[in-house]
Amino acid sequence: MSQVVVDVVLKPEISDPQGQAVLGALGRLGHTGVRSVRQGKHFVLEVDGDPDEAELRQIAETLLANPVIEDVELHLPARTTD
Amino acid sequence: MRIGVITFPGSLDDVDAARAVRLAGAEPVSLWHGDHDLKDVDAVVLPGGFSYGDYLRAGAIAARSPLMADVVAAAHGGLPVLGICNGFQVLCEAGLLPGALTRNSHLHFRNRDQGLRVERADTAWTTSFEQGQQIVVPVKNGEGRYVAADADLDRLEGEGRVVVRYVGGNPNGSSRDIAGVTSADGRVVGLMPHPEHAVEALTGPSTDGLGFFTSVLTAMVAA
Repeated sequence: MSQVVVDVVLKPEISDPQGQAVLGALGRLGHTGVRSVRQGKHFVLEVDGDPDEAELRQIAETLLANPVIEDVELHLPARTTD
Repeated sequence: MRIGVITFPGSLDDVDAARAVRLAGAEPVSLWHGDHDLKDVDAVVLPGGFSYGDYLRAGAIAARSPLMADVVAAAHGGLPVLGICNGFQVLCEAGLLPGALTRNSHLHFRNRDQGLRVERADTAWTTSFEQGQQIVVPVKNGEGRYVAADADLDRLEGEGRVVVRYVGGNPNGSSRDIAGVTSADGRVVGLMPHPEHAVEALTGPSTDGLGFFTSVLTAMVAA
Protein backbone atom coordinates (compact mmCIF):
# COMPACT_ATOMS: atom_id res chain seq x y z
CA MET A 1 0.00 0.00 0.00
CA SER A 2 1.20 3.50 -0.70
CA GLN A 3 -0.11 6.93 0.00
CA VAL A 4 -0.74 9.56 -2.66
CA VAL A 5 -1.64 13.16 -1.87
CA VAL A 6 -3.60 15.40 -4.19
CA ASP A 7 -3.92 19.14 -3.52
CA VAL A 8 -6.59 21.14 -5.28
CA VAL A 9 -6.83 24.95 -5.25
CA LEU A 10 -8.87 27.46 -7.22
CA LYS A 11 -6.97 28.95 -10.16
CA PRO A 12 -5.49 32.36 -9.31
CA GLU A 13 -7.95 34.17 -11.61
CA ILE A 14 -11.01 32.64 -9.85
CA SER A 15 -11.98 34.69 -6.80
CA ASP A 16 -12.17 32.79 -3.52
CA PRO A 17 -14.82 34.28 -1.19
CA GLN A 18 -14.20 31.59 1.43
CA GLY A 19 -10.51 32.50 1.57
CA GLN A 20 -11.47 36.18 1.79
CA ALA A 21 -13.78 35.42 4.74
CA VAL A 22 -10.88 33.71 6.52
CA LEU A 23 -8.66 36.70 5.76
CA GLY A 24 -11.31 39.00 7.26
CA ALA A 25 -11.43 36.90 10.44
CA LEU A 26 -7.63 36.97 10.73
CA GLY A 27 -7.68 40.75 10.49
CA ARG A 28 -10.25 40.95 13.30
CA LEU A 29 -8.04 38.67 15.40
CA GLY A 30 -5.14 41.07 15.00
CA HIS A 31 -3.15 39.07 12.45
CA THR A 32 -2.75 42.07 10.22
CA GLY A 33 0.38 40.77 8.52
CA VAL A 34 -1.51 38.12 6.53
CA ARG A 35 -2.04 39.56 3.05
CA SER A 36 -4.05 36.83 1.34
CA VAL A 37 -5.72 33.46 2.02
CA ARG A 38 -6.60 30.94 -0.69
CA GLN A 39 -8.33 27.77 0.46
CA GLY A 40 -8.46 24.40 -1.25
CA LYS A 41 -8.81 20.67 -0.77
CA HIS A 42 -6.29 18.08 0.32
CA PHE A 43 -6.96 14.45 -0.62
CA VAL A 44 -5.04 11.51 0.80
CA LEU A 45 -5.44 8.32 -1.24
CA GLU A 46 -4.24 4.94 -0.10
CA VAL A 47 -3.66 2.70 -3.09
CA ASP A 48 -2.69 -0.91 -3.52
CA GLY A 49 0.90 -1.56 -4.61
CA ASP A 50 2.98 1.02 -6.43
CA PRO A 51 0.88 3.98 -7.53
CA ASP A 52 0.20 4.21 -11.27
CA GLU A 53 1.00 7.85 -11.97
CA ALA A 54 -1.04 8.04 -15.19
CA GLU A 55 -4.12 6.58 -13.52
CA LEU A 56 -3.78 8.84 -10.47
CA ARG A 57 -3.31 11.90 -12.65
CA GLN A 58 -6.50 10.95 -14.48
CA ILE A 59 -8.35 10.56 -11.15
CA ALA A 60 -7.05 13.93 -9.98
CA GLU A 61 -7.83 15.80 -13.17
CA THR A 62 -11.20 14.27 -14.02
CA LEU A 63 -12.86 13.87 -10.62
CA LEU A 64 -10.97 15.37 -7.68
CA ALA A 65 -10.47 18.69 -9.45
CA ASN A 66 -12.49 20.61 -12.02
CA PRO A 67 -9.80 21.84 -14.44
CA VAL A 68 -12.09 24.67 -15.57
CA ILE A 69 -11.60 26.46 -12.26
CA GLU A 70 -9.03 24.50 -10.24
CA ASP A 71 -5.34 23.63 -10.35
CA VAL A 72 -4.24 20.24 -9.11
CA GLU A 73 -0.94 18.99 -7.65
CA LEU A 74 -0.19 15.30 -7.41
CA HIS A 75 2.32 14.14 -4.76
CA LEU A 76 3.53 10.60 -5.27
CA PRO A 77 5.55 8.84 -2.59
CA ALA A 78 9.32 8.97 -3.09
CA ARG A 79 10.51 5.82 -4.80
CA THR A 80 12.60 3.54 -2.60
CA THR A 81 15.08 1.13 -4.07
CA ASP A 82 15.37 -2.14 -2.29
CA MET B 1 -44.05 14.12 -26.44
CA ARG B 2 -42.12 12.49 -23.60
CA ILE B 3 -39.74 14.56 -21.49
CA GLY B 4 -37.53 12.73 -19.01
CA VAL B 5 -36.79 14.17 -15.57
CA ILE B 6 -33.74 12.64 -13.89
CA THR B 7 -33.75 11.92 -10.17
CA PHE B 8 -30.36 11.77 -8.48
CA PRO B 9 -29.90 11.03 -4.77
CA GLY B 10 -30.50 14.49 -3.30
CA SER B 11 -32.61 15.89 -6.16
CA LEU B 12 -35.32 18.18 -4.72
CA ASP B 13 -37.18 19.71 -7.63
CA ASP B 14 -37.80 16.68 -9.81
CA VAL B 15 -41.51 16.63 -8.89
CA ASP B 16 -41.92 20.33 -9.69
CA ALA B 17 -40.06 19.84 -12.98
CA ALA B 18 -42.34 16.92 -13.91
CA ARG B 19 -45.36 19.07 -13.05
CA ALA B 20 -44.07 21.89 -15.28
CA VAL B 21 -43.60 19.39 -18.12
CA ARG B 22 -47.22 18.24 -17.69
CA LEU B 23 -48.56 21.82 -17.57
CA ALA B 24 -46.66 22.56 -20.79
CA GLY B 25 -48.55 19.72 -22.46
CA ALA B 26 -45.97 16.93 -22.51
CA GLU B 27 -45.71 13.62 -20.69
CA PRO B 28 -43.13 13.60 -17.88
CA VAL B 29 -41.08 10.40 -17.62
CA SER B 30 -39.13 9.63 -14.45
CA LEU B 31 -35.51 8.66 -15.08
CA TRP B 32 -33.18 7.20 -12.46
CA HIS B 33 -29.54 8.26 -12.30
CA GLY B 34 -28.33 4.71 -11.67
CA ASP B 35 -29.92 3.22 -14.80
CA HIS B 36 -28.57 3.15 -18.32
CA ASP B 37 -32.03 3.82 -19.75
CA LEU B 38 -33.29 7.08 -21.27
CA LYS B 39 -36.64 5.36 -21.99
CA ASP B 40 -36.80 6.82 -25.52
CA VAL B 41 -37.62 10.31 -24.24
CA ASP B 42 -37.61 13.27 -26.63
CA ALA B 43 -35.84 15.62 -24.20
CA VAL B 44 -34.33 15.52 -20.70
CA VAL B 45 -34.53 17.85 -17.70
CA LEU B 46 -31.96 17.74 -14.88
CA PRO B 47 -33.71 19.25 -11.85
CA GLY B 48 -32.50 21.32 -8.94
CA GLY B 49 -31.43 20.03 -5.56
CA PHE B 50 -28.26 18.84 -3.88
CA SER B 51 -27.29 15.67 -5.73
CA TYR B 52 -24.90 13.60 -3.63
CA GLY B 53 -25.10 16.31 -0.97
CA ASP B 54 -22.86 18.59 -3.08
CA TYR B 55 -19.97 16.40 -1.85
CA LEU B 56 -16.67 17.16 -3.60
CA ARG B 57 -18.22 19.97 -5.73
CA ALA B 58 -21.83 20.74 -6.60
CA GLY B 59 -22.86 18.35 -9.38
CA ALA B 60 -19.47 16.64 -9.60
CA ILE B 61 -20.42 13.13 -8.53
CA ALA B 62 -23.83 13.20 -10.22
CA ALA B 63 -22.06 14.10 -13.49
CA ARG B 64 -20.29 10.71 -13.32
CA SER B 65 -23.44 8.68 -12.60
CA PRO B 66 -24.36 5.88 -15.06
CA LEU B 67 -27.27 7.66 -16.76
CA MET B 68 -25.16 10.77 -17.39
CA ALA B 69 -22.98 8.81 -19.82
CA ASP B 70 -26.15 8.18 -21.85
CA VAL B 71 -27.25 11.82 -21.52
CA VAL B 72 -23.87 13.09 -22.76
CA ALA B 73 -23.93 10.73 -25.76
CA ALA B 74 -27.55 11.63 -26.62
CA ALA B 75 -26.86 15.36 -26.22
CA HIS B 76 -24.01 15.08 -28.70
CA GLY B 77 -26.60 13.56 -31.03
CA GLY B 78 -28.88 16.59 -30.58
CA LEU B 79 -31.19 15.53 -27.72
CA PRO B 80 -32.51 18.69 -26.02
CA VAL B 81 -31.28 18.85 -22.40
CA LEU B 82 -32.21 21.45 -19.77
CA GLY B 83 -30.29 21.75 -16.51
CA ILE B 84 -31.85 23.82 -13.74
CA CYS B 85 -29.72 24.97 -10.78
CA ASN B 86 -28.07 21.73 -9.58
CA GLY B 87 -28.87 20.35 -13.04
CA PHE B 88 -26.86 23.23 -14.56
CA GLN B 89 -23.99 22.40 -12.20
CA VAL B 90 -24.17 18.75 -13.32
CA LEU B 91 -24.10 19.73 -17.01
CA CYS B 92 -21.02 21.91 -16.47
CA GLU B 93 -19.30 19.13 -14.53
CA ALA B 94 -20.20 16.67 -17.29
CA GLY B 95 -18.57 18.92 -19.88
CA LEU B 96 -21.81 19.53 -21.83
CA LEU B 97 -21.74 23.23 -20.94
CA PRO B 98 -18.74 25.56 -20.50
CA GLY B 99 -17.70 27.23 -17.26
CA ALA B 100 -18.42 26.29 -13.66
CA LEU B 101 -20.64 27.29 -10.74
CA THR B 102 -18.89 28.28 -7.53
CA ARG B 103 -19.67 29.59 -4.05
CA ASN B 104 -21.70 32.82 -4.13
CA SER B 105 -19.44 35.85 -3.81
CA HIS B 106 -21.25 36.99 -0.63
CA LEU B 107 -21.20 33.43 0.79
CA HIS B 108 -24.94 33.48 1.56
CA PHE B 109 -27.68 31.29 0.18
CA ARG B 110 -29.87 33.62 -1.88
CA ASN B 111 -33.57 32.89 -2.34
CA ARG B 112 -35.74 35.45 -4.12
CA ASP B 113 -37.79 36.28 -7.19
CA GLN B 114 -35.31 37.24 -9.88
CA GLY B 115 -35.51 39.32 -13.03
CA LEU B 116 -33.91 37.82 -16.11
CA ARG B 117 -33.39 39.03 -19.66
CA VAL B 118 -33.69 36.41 -22.40
CA GLU B 119 -30.62 36.94 -24.58
CA ARG B 120 -31.26 34.03 -26.93
CA ALA B 121 -34.80 33.20 -28.03
CA ASP B 122 -33.69 30.59 -30.55
CA THR B 123 -32.39 27.72 -28.41
CA ALA B 124 -34.39 24.51 -28.02
CA TRP B 125 -35.62 25.77 -24.63
CA THR B 126 -36.32 29.48 -25.28
CA THR B 127 -38.29 29.86 -28.53
CA SER B 128 -41.48 30.73 -26.58
CA PHE B 129 -39.81 33.99 -25.53
CA GLU B 130 -38.98 37.16 -27.45
CA GLN B 131 -35.36 38.18 -27.81
CA GLY B 132 -34.66 40.67 -25.00
CA GLN B 133 -37.85 39.77 -23.08
CA GLN B 134 -37.65 40.30 -19.33
CA ILE B 135 -39.10 37.58 -17.12
CA VAL B 136 -39.29 36.85 -13.38
CA VAL B 137 -38.59 33.42 -11.90
CA PRO B 138 -37.32 32.33 -8.47
CA VAL B 139 -33.62 31.88 -7.85
CA LYS B 140 -32.33 29.87 -4.87
CA ASN B 141 -28.71 28.87 -4.58
CA GLY B 142 -25.57 28.98 -2.49
CA GLU B 143 -23.17 27.98 -5.26
CA GLY B 144 -24.56 29.81 -8.26
CA ARG B 145 -21.70 32.12 -9.18
CA TYR B 146 -20.98 31.42 -12.85
CA VAL B 147 -17.26 31.64 -13.61
CA ALA B 148 -14.92 30.91 -16.49
CA ALA B 149 -11.59 32.33 -17.65
CA ASP B 150 -11.96 35.82 -19.16
CA ALA B 151 -10.90 34.55 -22.59
CA ASP B 152 -13.59 31.85 -22.42
CA LEU B 153 -16.22 34.39 -21.34
CA ASP B 154 -15.26 36.60 -24.30
CA ARG B 155 -15.59 33.63 -26.63
CA LEU B 156 -19.01 32.66 -25.18
CA GLU B 157 -20.27 36.22 -25.54
CA GLY B 158 -18.91 36.37 -29.09
CA GLU B 159 -20.67 33.13 -30.01
CA GLY B 160 -23.93 34.29 -28.40
CA ARG B 161 -23.92 31.45 -25.90
CA VAL B 162 -25.40 33.47 -23.00
CA VAL B 163 -29.10 32.51 -22.88
CA VAL B 164 -30.33 34.47 -19.84
CA ARG B 165 -28.77 37.28 -17.84
CA TYR B 166 -29.68 38.64 -14.40
CA VAL B 167 -31.40 42.03 -14.35
CA GLY B 168 -32.32 44.10 -11.30
CA GLY B 169 -29.36 42.80 -9.33
CA ASN B 170 -26.95 39.88 -9.58
CA PRO B 171 -27.86 37.37 -6.83
CA ASN B 172 -24.54 35.54 -6.57
CA GLY B 173 -21.70 37.47 -8.21
CA SER B 174 -21.86 35.60 -11.52
CA SER B 175 -19.42 36.86 -14.15
CA ARG B 176 -21.07 39.34 -16.50
CA ASP B 177 -24.48 38.71 -14.85
CA ILE B 178 -24.70 35.34 -16.63
CA ALA B 179 -27.65 33.26 -15.38
CA GLY B 180 -27.64 30.61 -18.10
CA VAL B 181 -25.67 29.40 -21.12
CA THR B 182 -26.18 27.06 -24.06
CA SER B 183 -24.19 24.54 -26.05
CA ALA B 184 -22.86 25.53 -29.47
CA ASP B 185 -25.86 23.86 -31.17
CA GLY B 186 -28.43 25.53 -28.88
CA ARG B 187 -29.88 22.17 -27.77
CA VAL B 188 -28.39 22.01 -24.26
CA VAL B 189 -29.27 24.85 -21.89
CA GLY B 190 -28.37 25.34 -18.23
CA LEU B 191 -29.51 28.09 -15.89
CA MET B 192 -29.36 28.70 -12.14
CA PRO B 193 -32.88 30.23 -11.71
CA HIS B 194 -35.88 27.90 -11.44
CA PRO B 195 -38.44 28.20 -14.26
CA GLU B 196 -40.28 25.13 -12.91
CA HIS B 197 -41.25 27.20 -9.85
CA ALA B 198 -42.93 29.84 -12.02
CA VAL B 199 -45.57 27.90 -13.91
CA GLU B 200 -48.75 28.64 -11.92
CA ALA B 201 -50.09 31.90 -10.47
CA LEU B 202 -50.95 30.20 -7.16
CA THR B 203 -47.39 29.21 -6.29
CA GLY B 204 -45.05 31.28 -8.46
CA PRO B 205 -44.21 34.96 -8.88
CA SER B 206 -45.25 34.61 -12.55
CA THR B 207 -45.95 31.93 -15.12
CA ASP B 208 -42.91 32.99 -17.15
CA GLY B 209 -41.09 29.73 -16.43
CA LEU B 210 -43.56 27.71 -18.47
CA GLY B 211 -41.99 29.13 -21.64
CA PHE B 212 -38.88 26.95 -21.21
CA PHE B 213 -41.01 23.80 -21.24
CA THR B 214 -43.33 24.85 -24.10
CA SER B 215 -40.30 25.89 -26.19
CA VAL B 216 -38.91 22.39 -26.33
CA LEU B 217 -42.21 21.01 -27.65
CA THR B 218 -41.86 23.38 -30.63
CA ALA B 219 -38.19 22.41 -31.02
CA MET B 220 -39.11 18.72 -31.14
CA VAL B 221 -41.85 19.28 -33.72
CA ALA B 222 -39.39 21.23 -35.86
CA ALA B 223 -36.65 18.59 -35.52
